[in-house]
Amino acid sequence: MSFLIGENMTGGYGGADILHDCTIGVDKGEIAVVVGPNGAGKSTAMKAVFGMLSLREGKVLMDGIDITALKPQERVRHGMGFVPQTNNVFTSLTVEENLEMGAFIRRDDFSDTMAQVFDLFPVLKEKRSQLAGELSGGQRQQVAVGRALMTRPEVLMLDETTAGVSPIVMDELFDRVIEVARTGIAILMVEQNAKQALNIADKGYVLVQGRNRYTDTGAALIANPEVRKAFLGG
Amino acid sequence: MTDVLNTLALVSNFIIVPGLAYGSQLALGALGITIVYAVLRFSNFAHGEMMSFGAMITILVTWVLQARGINLGPLPTALLALPLGIAATIGLCLVTDRLVYRYYRQKRASPVTYLIVSVGVMFLMGGLIRFVIGPNDQIFADGARFIMKAKEFKQMTGLNEGLAIKSSQGVTVLTAVVIVVVLFWFLNRTRTGKSMRAYSDNEDLALLSGINPEQVVLIAWIIAGTLAAVAGTLYGLDKSYKPFTFLQLLLPIFASAIVGGVGNPLGAIAGGFVIAFSELIVTFAYKKVLGYLLPTGLAPEGLAQLLSTDYKFSVSFMILVIVLLVKPTGLFSGKTL
Amino acid sequence: MNNLYRNLLLFAVMLALVAVVGISQSWNVALAILNLCLISAIMTLGVNIQWGYAGLFNAGVMGFAALGGLAAVLISMPPVPAAWQAGGNGVVTGLAFGIGTVLVGIVSWRKTAHLGGKRYWLTALIAVAGYTLMRWVIDPAIVAVEAVEPAKTGFLGGFGLPIMLSWLVGGAFAAAIAWLVGKVSLGLRSDYLAIATLGISEIIIYFLKNEDWLTRGVKNVNGLPRPVPYEIDLQHTAWLQNWVETYGISLIDASSIIVKLCYAGLFVAVLVVILWLSETALKSPWGRMMRAIRDNETAASAMGKNVTWRHLQVFVLGSAVVGMAGAMLTTLDGQFTPTAYQPLRFTFLIWVMVIVGGSGNNFGSVLGGFVIWFFWIEAEPIGLALMELITSGMAQDSPLRHHLLDNAAHMRLMTMGLVLLLVLRFAPRGLIPEVKR
Repeated sequence: MSFLIGENMTGGYGGADILHDCTIGVDKGEIAVVVGPNGAGKSTAMKAVFGMLSLREGKVLMDGIDITALKPQERVRHGMGFVPQTNNVFTSLTVEENLEMGAFIRRDDFSDTMAQVFDLFPVLKEKRSQLAGELSGGQRQQVAVGRALMTRPEVLMLDETTAGVSPIVMDELFDRVIEVARTGIAILMVEQNAKQALNIADKGYVLVQGRNRYTDTGAALIANPEVRKAFLGG
Repeated sequence: MTDVLNTLALVSNFIIVPGLAYGSQLALGALGITIVYAVLRFSNFAHGEMMSFGAMITILVTWVLQARGINLGPLPTALLALPLGIAATIGLCLVTDRLVYRYYRQKRASPVTYLIVSVGVMFLMGGLIRFVIGPNDQIFADGARFIMKAKEFKQMTGLNEGLAIKSSQGVTVLTAVVIVVVLFWFLNRTRTGKSMRAYSDNEDLALLSGINPEQVVLIAWIIAGTLAAVAGTLYGLDKSYKPFTFLQLLLPIFASAIVGGVGNPLGAIAGGFVIAFSELIVTFAYKKVLGYLLPTGLAPEGLAQLLSTDYKFSVSFMILVIVLLVKPTGLFSGKTL
Repeated sequence: MNNLYRNLLLFAVMLALVAVVGISQSWNVALAILNLCLISAIMTLGVNIQWGYAGLFNAGVMGFAALGGLAAVLISMPPVPAAWQAGGNGVVTGLAFGIGTVLVGIVSWRKTAHLGGKRYWLTALIAVAGYTLMRWVIDPAIVAVEAVEPAKTGFLGGFGLPIMLSWLVGGAFAAAIAWLVGKVSLGLRSDYLAIATLGISEIIIYFLKNEDWLTRGVKNVNGLPRPVPYEIDLQHTAWLQNWVETYGISLIDASSIIVKLCYAGLFVAVLVVILWLSETALKSPWGRMMRAIRDNETAASAMGKNVTWRHLQVFVLGSAVVGMAGAMLTTLDGQFTPTAYQPLRFTFLIWVMVIVGGSGNNFGSVLGGFVIWFFWIEAEPIGLALMELITSGMAQDSPLRHHLLDNAAHMRLMTMGLVLLLVLRFAPRGLIPEVKR
């Protein structure tokens, strides 16, 4: 059984259903990647797991506990970290203040965690007193991920974090993701850059029109000729 | 040489000293507006009346104290009464928020709706204030009137022009400095203050981070209420208290906030001084200055005012128009849309 | 059809209330109230055009109304020859310089985009130079004009044309200023328009209070010419004297009532025309588009509609109507009193009328105008009576009693504020809601 799983999810934003019987999940220390064509419902599936839309059917379980009824803020307290695709940093606050805000729900001393984040993202330590809005795209994404890590989550969910960054930055980000996974955190990623993402994935989900189409290990999906033809450009 | 010194004294007396005082008052008012705008995301037209309310309560308590012979020596007794005025204004803000604004927050109403609602609140408060204290002038300043009298200055320096510094002006500037320092310390160094800035910056992300919106709103009103009460009282001490003036002050205060960049506290302060000094500079009668600086015989006949004093409020309006045309986000880039 | 009957009933009740006042107090009072109701209705229509069609908040209604009053003075008062001789040339030349400076400034601004930052300095220089020139020419002229019999005239006078022409000219003045203000502040946040209109109306009032050479400032302009007969003249006509004998009404009362009825007739005519125009516009494709923009601005602008330009149109039209009503108000008063235009209280009352009547619905605006003005006027005697009742138990000369009685007037303001808040919260669509098509 996966540590975090959204099972048989059916629902949408209020009108028509976007997800149909969709299942995605991830284990501790694992990297699970959700890919698919535009409009496949990848982000929607992730948001459903995070609680940002209500499910008509299906449920979300974390460590065996049913968290389907919890609001997103409550899920954060339960150990979920979420990095939105856009508007994911406080642009008028410094890098350090962004991280402080990330740890807002914590009442203990979080300077250790901040040191860990700085180790993981050395450039953030360099620019700790700079306004987040002045950083480059790739650096901002690092701040966004760092912010989510400050609560020491058990699961980290990344919504298209490499959208719009250069290939070098993307590689760097993926390297970091692997490092974070090594510390035992479960990582669930939605990605447009399917090939590179699946490369580092332990588990991959290919969604088409809100349904699971292919579910396998990352390597197997890359090798799968149908998947290659449809989503990986041959 | 004496001519230059005389000019300096003249300018200090009529522009620099009053400008510092008036600018502080506008700055405090604009800070209140900008905090509400940043957190609650609407322009609070009732802020003038909040200032009036704070001043009114302070005045009433001051009268009680004065009647009992309690005073503060050279300082105005109103300073003793001010904490009560602040508390009352905060109470008013919280009650208003709970009864009026909260509903629209939950409904996610448009900014214009908030505006109209705040106008309704403005009239309710305005009527209430006039009902309690009446529409006339009230004088409640006491204690030493001057820190420096014009005559003293002339004797000290031997100059032609006197420089007077009223104690209310000194109190204004000092109080404003203290409040601003405390406010900025709060916003930049405390967890709660930073959470307010975060909430103002990105509401969704703030909620995601576990920041409690109702707590942020509560603190915003506490700050706004305090600023309003202090600004209103200081203005009343310096000039005089009359309910009607707070309606007129709305324009310069809003202009200060917009000129500096709405939503930006530093901008509110800068804007306050820009507006205050502009008003004074544009309506100043330069006749005497020109008399000192120009060779005799070239001095003008009339007052040499750029704009008559009656139009001083139009100065803030003109600056506002210029800012809207040239850089709507203001000096410090606040929010426009 | 239910709605139609309901609305007619509301209007009927309203008119019945006016009749009650006529019977219980006097027909003179009732007709005076009716006339002001009519004017308020027209002003509310103007504001509703801005709010109901486009969601624009105009906080400076009073200023635009004052411009209408200014038009009434400038159009209808006879010119003062002595004043024109003394300083007329100077004033005209000065104004020409002023307008010229503005035009030169705009042209130079447009043509010097390539200069970058220096453009601001150049425009500022032109502005300062032009302004100094204008003041240099106009200041002595103004002094001369105001020196001509200040007790009686002391101003330039007007064009001596029929006063009803000023109703159109008032609309034009208001439209012109609205265009300027709109150009600057539309397309930004809605609050900015509110503050800008608040500011412009304050400046207009200051201007009218201080520029004696134009409108005698706070000395007021009395004895504006009328479009209806004078009571005195009526009292001397034979038919009226016979008529009052037959019916046993006082001659003075009758003449007064007839004059008021004449005004009412004129105002009703204007109201009907504007109402008809507004309804036609609302139902037209233009009206539909305006409401589409109001309801979903992003979608509309994505479809290529120039939202800001449309907003400007609506803002100008609405202000023109308000200006016209302002001219009518001054005509009714027969005098121009700048100090009567109390900031915000005037504006605020109109807004209560819009919201209570039914924003977005023209008939609602008319009803709102009637209802709120009626209660605003009647609230004073009622409020006083209420206060007397409340304080009847107190000692005759207790300070509290005096205080309460003195300040009963402020209860009106509080009540109106409360009415606005309650309506916005519990009945936001107003008495006659907008018809969703």
